[in-house]
Amino acid sequence: MDKNALTRDVRAYLFLAPALIVLFLFSFWPVGLGALLAFTRVDIFNLAGSQWVGLDNFRTLFDDPVFLGSIRNTLLYLLVVPLIQVAALALAVLVNTQLPAIRLFRTAFFVPVVTSVSVVGIMWGWMYNEDGMLNQVLAWLRLIDAPVGWLSDERFALFSVMFVTFWRGLGYYMVLYLAGLQAMPQEVEEAALLDGANRWQRFWRITVPMLRPTILLCTLLSTLAAMKAFEEVVVMTGGGPIGSTYTLAFYAYDMGFRAFDFSRALAASLVVSLIGFVLAWFNFRFFRPDSR
Amino acid sequence: MLKRILLNWTPRYTLLALVGLFTTFPFLWTLSTALGDGGNIYAFPPQMLPTEPTLAHVEEARRVIPLDRFFWNSVWISAWTVFGTLLISSLAGYALAVMKFRGSKWVFLAVLTTLILPSELNFIVNFITVTQLKLTNTHTGVVLPLLANAFGIFLLKQAFEEIPAEILDAARIDGAGEWQLFLRVALPLAMPSLAALGIFTLVATWNAYIWPAVVLQTPDEYPLAVGVLYLSGTFAAKTRVIAAGTVLTILPVLILFLLAQRYFMRGLDGAVK
Repeated sequence: MDKNALTRDVRAYLFLAPALIVLFLFSFWPVGLGALLAFTRVDIFNLAGSQWVGLDNFRTLFDDPVFLGSIRNTLLYLLVVPLIQVAALALAVLVNTQLPAIRLFRTAFFVPVVTSVSVVGIMWGWMYNEDGMLNQVLAWLRLIDAPVGWLSDERFALFSVMFVTFWRGLGYYMVLYLAGLQAMPQEVEEAALLDGANRWQRFWRITVPMLRPTILLCTLLSTLAAMKAFEEVVVMTGGGPIGSTYTLAFYAYDMGFRAFDFSRALAASLVVSLIGFVLAWFNFRFFRPDSR
Repeated sequence: MLKRILLNWTPRYTLLALVGLFTTFPFLWTLSTALGDGGNIYAFPPQMLPTEPTLAHVEEARRVIPLDRFFWNSVWISAWTVFGTLLISSLAGYALAVMKFRGSKWVFLAVLTTLILPSELNFIVNFITVTQLKLTNTHTGVVLPLLANAFGIFLLKQAFEEIPAEILDAARIDGAGEWQLFLRVALPLAMPSLAALGIFTLVATWNAYIWPAVVLQTPDEYPLAVGVLYLSGTFAAKTRVIAAGTVLTILPVLILFLLAQRYFMRGLDGAVK
């Protein structure tokens, strides 16, 4: 019996080996090694020669005004979360019908989600240009007198980048909410309709409470995404003007791949990861992958 | 009756059209800029339908930068990532769903753990790892870390679990080995999930920017998503040429998405769960 069990186990682990190897090397290893290296002076060409420096990297981090600014910007970035959730839910309700051509609209709303961030950055660079369509439309509506430097004025740049995050994510959360809406039993809403509840009441008293799990899930996903947002910054502003669009994750990226200071990059990414981990833990507690 | 329908529908369609304009305007503007000729690109109101559409800018874009090469780099990277992901995930998913072995609980837990580990900034250490493996500036270096994909394993595990045990038992009685069972019985029955994971992975890989940009250092190796931004940095003044390159970058994945939307959404569903 034991010999059979052994061949059985060996066979199973042969099936699992490729997955376990890549998961170990590129999912577990970076978390562990990254956490460790954050306390060293990293030598990426001779990792074993990295010097233990204790909390030094974190001290330099918190002495750096750019890093402190990036904490502030990341907190500001969280403003995207409520806006995108409310808009996506409203949009999901709007497209949750059988009207003709509704699929066409759903697709149109989703297209930004399947577009590369580099393309998004280029296109919005044109939209935000001094002569770009945004300024033109606003001038035409007489809302502005002079063109606004959406990406070149440090008062607006961060919000402009956040707006692109909103634009990119809207369709994604819409689809998640739509799935939630379509999974709702029709009887409850019909019963409320018979009881004379109007559309507004039905939305707040029935749709929202029944959609609570989806709302929570989407809110957590988008909070995590906002905490770690940086791709838009890379392709649109590179942190500028005057460092006004540095987010925490962008700071880590920038330290690693522009300044080649991996010690500081890893210290910063550990800070981001810790915050993200706490949020993900909540996410996991409430929505185990296998619970549905 | 008709009047009632119109009254009911008009506000909703107006709203839908406005949102649709908001989400698609940058694309439409880019397309019309790529195909338009001469004139002020920032004219207002924008000329969305070029009077004399031309492919001159597309040709120029292909002439001044190696767009064709970027395209094939994208195809290459995406194909290997999709193939590798499907292979690795289906093998592991099959083992977890169908095979009985000691430690299965622990393996499952380990795979599950990767879902809660903070992963967005893994690419910093992954870059160090890829450097140590001497794989920087290679497509292998780009593809390998993308294969660590726990959600694919779960998606396929679920698909294999849905296969009725009787079918597998019948094949076993007929003398099929585990490998044949996997290849001949399980994989064909999991086709929809494989398609979903494949399309989803393909779109994600085609669009990936940061990771390939970090690993690849010479433009010769760039995929389109990286190359197009390189193009826009190098020829900033030639808006129409860049617009043409941008259109060429989006087009393949957009067509694919439109054709396989159903599968993509299934994959998305799996990614969230």
